[in-house]
Amino acid sequence: MIAGITIYELFTVTSILFFIGVYGFITRKNLISVLISVELILNASVINFVVINKYLYPDILQGVLFSIFIIAVAAAETALAVSIIINLYRQINSVEVKDIETMKY
Amino acid sequence: MERIVFYILALIIIIFAFASVTSRKMLRSVIYLLFVLSGIAGVYFLIDFNFLAAIQLTIYAGGIIVLIIFSVLLVHHIEMRLEIAKTTRKITTGIACLLGLGVFLFTIYSHKFNVVENSLTTNVDEIGTLLLSYKAGGFILPFEVISVLLLAAMIGAIIIAKGNRLSENKAQTK
Repeated sequence: MIAGITIYELFTVTSILFFIGVYGFITRKNLISVLISVELILNASVINFVVINKYLYPDILQGVLFSIFIIAVAAAETALAVSIIINLYRQINSVEVKDIETMKY
Repeated sequence: MERIVFYILALIIIIFAFASVTSRKMLRSVIYLLFVLSGIAGVYFLIDFNFLAAIQLTIYAGGIIVLIIFSVLLVHHIEMRLEIAKTTRKITTGIACLLGLGVFLFTIYSHKFNVVENSLTTNVDEIGTLLLSYKAGGFILPFEVISVLLLAAMIGAIIIAKGNRLSENKAQTK
């Protein structure tokens, strides 16, 4: 654990990071910006897993392993999202949320 | 000393995260995200999980950022400015997020965590042993599921991004 830092301060930082991600997810109009906001939200949850593991249950490693799995899922999700965005740009020449009207072209 | 480093890292994370969701230039927004992810890796180093910090730096800061930059450069002009949301929508979303943050912080600060004072360090071999152990508390099944998921995502990404140009061309030549 970090000397002199309580668990409350770490949770404050991760909560702020999570809500910045939610704010970006709602206000941005571009698919890539939405993807960036999702990355922020996922990272906040990963820090929470690690902090709870280290501060409350230091003798087991479950939180670290779960955060490794979350990072792997996030990598897979980003790769798929980027490929979908590029395919959409080829079909309709735009990546704005408002231009995407149908699920099947 | 650690306090000061942590406060600097927290400040970097929050300021750059906010800049990343409000910047109107796409490429700058991605670079701000890179700073946020590096700051998070610094938090992992401080909390003494070196392996996780290395994973964060290689996968996020090395892989995902490059992927997003590639997609930005393939899709946008660099100088293009993004459309921004209406001011009323921004304000309502900001108020809703602040309310949610208030609820979160109230719940966190009113709960008493029984923190265990410790200075244990974890080695990579402990993580590897637990990841491949099939005894109680082992993680062999999710490990295998994740590997299948990564393979499926890789094939799916190739098929989706390839589009139907190639097959159309083949059909035309036939």
